[in-house]
Amino acid sequence: MLGKLTWAAIPFNEPLPLLSAVVILIVIFALLALITIKGWWPYLWNEWVTSVDHKRIGVMYMLLGLVMMLRGFSDAIMMRTQQAIAIGPSQGYLPPEHYDQVFSAHGVIMIFFVAMPLVIGLMNFVVPLQLGVRDVAFPTLNSVSFWLTASGALLVNASLVIGNFARTTWWNYPPLSELAFSPGVGVDYYLWSVQISGIGTLLTGINFVATILKLRAPGMTYFRMPVFCWTALATNMMIVAVFPILTATFMMLLLDRYLGMHFFTNDAGGNQMMYVNLFWAWGHPEVYILILPAFGVYSEVVATFSGKGLFSYRSMVLATLGICVLSTMVWLHHFFTMGAGADVNAFFGMMSSIIAVPTGVKIFNWLFTMYRGRIVFTTPMLYSIGFMVTFVIGGLTGVLLAVPPVDFVLHNSAFLVAHFHNVIIGGVVFGAFAGYNYWFPKVFGFTLDERWGKAGFWCWLVGFWLAFTPLYVLGLMGMTRRLQHIPDPSWRPWLLVAEFGAIVIFCGILCQIAQLYVSIRTREQRRDVTGDPWNGRTLEWATSSPPPAYNFAVLPKVETIDAFWEMKRRGLSTAEPAYEAIEVPRNSATGFVTAFFAVATGFALIWHIWWMAMVGVLAAALIMLVSGWSDEREREITATEIAQLERNRLVPGQPAE
Amino acid sequence: MRCRGSAVLSVGVAALGGCSEGVLDPQGPIASAEWLLLLNATAIMLVVVVPVIIAILAFAWWYRASNPRASRMTDENYEGRIEFVTWSIPALIVILLSGVIWIGSHQLDPRAPIASKAEPLRVEVVALDWKWLFIYPDQGLAAVNELVIPAGKPVQFELTSATVMNSFFIPQLGSQIYAMGGMVTRLNLLADRPGEYPGFSAMFSGDGFADMRFIAKAVPATEFSTWVNEAHGVGQALDLSSYSALAKPSKAVPPTTFRSVAPNLFERIVDLTMSGSEARTLSGSEKVGAAICRPEQQARD
Repeated sequence: MLGKLTWAAIPFNEPLPLLSAVVILIVIFALLALITIKGWWPYLWNEWVTSVDHKRIGVMYMLLGLVMMLRGFSDAIMMRTQQAIAIGPSQGYLPPEHYDQVFSAHGVIMIFFVAMPLVIGLMNFVVPLQLGVRDVAFPTLNSVSFWLTASGALLVNASLVIGNFARTTWWNYPPLSELAFSPGVGVDYYLWSVQISGIGTLLTGINFVATILKLRAPGMTYFRMPVFCWTALATNMMIVAVFPILTATFMMLLLDRYLGMHFFTNDAGGNQMMYVNLFWAWGHPEVYILILPAFGVYSEVVATFSGKGLFSYRSMVLATLGICVLSTMVWLHHFFTMGAGADVNAFFGMMSSIIAVPTGVKIFNWLFTMYRGRIVFTTPMLYSIGFMVTFVIGGLTGVLLAVPPVDFVLHNSAFLVAHFHNVIIGGVVFGAFAGYNYWFPKVFGFTLDERWGKAGFWCWLVGFWLAFTPLYVLGLMGMTRRLQHIPDPSWRPWLLVAEFGAIVIFCGILCQIAQLYVSIRTREQRRDVTGDPWNGRTLEWATSSPPPAYNFAVLPKVETIDAFWEMKRRGLSTAEPAYEAIEVPRNSATGFVTAFFAVATGFALIWHIWWMAMVGVLAAALIMLVSGWSDEREREITATEIAQLERNRLVPGQPAE
Repeated sequence: MRCRGSAVLSVGVAALGGCSEGVLDPQGPIASAEWLLLLNATAIMLVVVVPVIIAILAFAWWYRASNPRASRMTDENYEGRIEFVTWSIPALIVILLSGVIWIGSHQLDPRAPIASKAEPLRVEVVALDWKWLFIYPDQGLAAVNELVIPAGKPVQFELTSATVMNSFFIPQLGSQIYAMGGMVTRLNLLADRPGEYPGFSAMFSGDGFADMRFIAKAVPATEFSTWVNEAHGVGQALDLSSYSALAKPSKAVPPTTFRSVAPNLFERIVDLTMSGSEARTLSGSEKVGAAICRPEQQARD
């Protein structure tokens, strides 16, 4: 009846996981109780859960990413602590079977359930506003995407309480991840949660490519799109191109595990090298899927806070598309040490270093945007400058690793760990924080506190360098990654500095929580009544903060790059325009209900509860079918209603009084 | 002068951490060449990276809104000549680096034999859960978690895994290479001087991974033949049955030697892994032979 699921799955005799599980359950139940007591359910259901508004979905994505970042960060601090104390004869406080889960979960969570939701969240909120349109191409599908991503995150967290997570690293390489070497449910938790969220990500990709190609404000030609939209286009095209590779690869591994096939086994003609190739054929473009939207954020932030148009828009676009294409031709640099010949290694090494050209151009463009500008050091701008300095170093070490003979001695070392944290924290995470601080007033109608924000920035920057410089050094000293205990006592000082750096980053997170708390408390004094708190350049600042459900009462007419800047230059019209009726999408429970059944299916497959898996799949398919047949997907807001709403709303460019 | 090669980049590192080992302290021609390549590539990139970092900080500081002396521009989108420069600088660096990459990859191909007057020593390496088995086919002996090699003599490694993927790495001697089940990879290394160099698996392989370490002992040539002779006199013989006992998962295995090795054991291990047969189910060489001739038939069983 319940497949492999028995009481043995609950970690009663392991204090650490049990404790964290109990704490998490208490927090969840407390939250649910609070919502019930306060009677917030109808509000949550109507305004958020079933909302198909791209802005609401964007916020939910960001929230998911930030909450999962806390989970991923606690894994990080556990690892750093383990490595700081388990030196020489000491085994530390985490035995291998636990430590291996911690670093595997850290990687999976940070890539799939932190970085991806953060960048997709930003794109969700910003892209339709920047394009001057009312929503994405397929709003209901967008909600399905979000809830499927959340389903994956839920399954990963469920593994804390029920069963365990993969101990096979986030690469999940076979044959280690095959049934013969990993018989438990851990690998299945990883595979199914990523399969489910991966469908969500693929749907997002399709949705945004369609949105950017087909829905733009009148006059917004491709070469008038803000750079963030270009990066979003490139990222989503890559998602459409490469996520199916990951899904297919994981499906083959699942077939090995569930049906005894031999795609990647040691024996019977299986080919583990094929998995490695396929994994990175997705995995390398994936890092550009993450970084390109962050580059887009920096482009917006640097231009806005330099009070100047972005230097060389056309180079920026060309560089973005160049990275998009090149990123699919470099995957082999993740395994130069697998024994390929010199010609192959040299080719992929050269291709990898060629990516440094468009990336370098971008750095120069931001630099020349600042040149002769009027730079205001807000939190987003600090993150951007911190990014530029940090990322240049990360790029340098990245190109070093692209030199095959250098990689032969640095592959899988702590140096590599430092390198990719350098580009992911210094690039993606800083970009997400810059975007969060930059667009927060647009989302909620009030600005974030600058003092706490800047304190958070400095902690993150200093903490990052303290945590990862030692890893660069340790990598050169011959320390490999994923060590449950450290053989060489002379590495201790470096590991202690790294631990200290992680604590400084933790202070940064506390500052950010304080920033949010203080900002909400003082929101009345920090209202953004203009809709344009930063003297912005692009169309999202042309509507009020927060924007109405329909974004723009009248779609803006675009004549140049930086459309809103141009409008302001010509003088904003104060005359009331002639409103027309607007169709907005209706709320839909499709996403949430589909996700409910997706979770049930995933859970059932992990625990071999076959009847439940069948019910889940059929129900999810039925829901999609029914919703696909439904004709009543929009509701109309009449012109008079809009006129009413617009008069009551604060008009951009005109402070209320 | 053990840290000589690491002088340029590691000045700061060495000052803080003393004379470090690992990649910073190469002890063979491969490791030295790789370390030099690392320094050269870093130097080439620093030519651009350092000025860029200075410019970022300088521009940010000088053009701050509160600086009354800075000249401003409001709207200039691009300047073709500057654009040309912004593409050229990284392109030139990358062209230079591409040359370095092409030449380096060919000179330091792990499969390429190391030019030397001395006859190379052959060592066959098998990754097990969680230890390293070293077979000396020409000497007819084997060792676990201890690699004794003659200094100054090239060593030709052939590597495989009887379990999951691992990576064989002795940082001070240079290149690492994966060891994979059913497959053979090749690696050539040389230790310039006698010494003890830590080696380990650099590819996570499961619970005992952290202890999958060994010492590579480079000894003078005469001492090597003494070691060979002594090793012949002690320990078990490594045949299929003692191998299958050895192949069972175990952690933190102390170094041991085997007085003799069954012929072609390495090839047999490759075939066994590829055919999915358990070593202990095989009693004689006929069945192993069958596996060698017809792996596909074994697969169907």
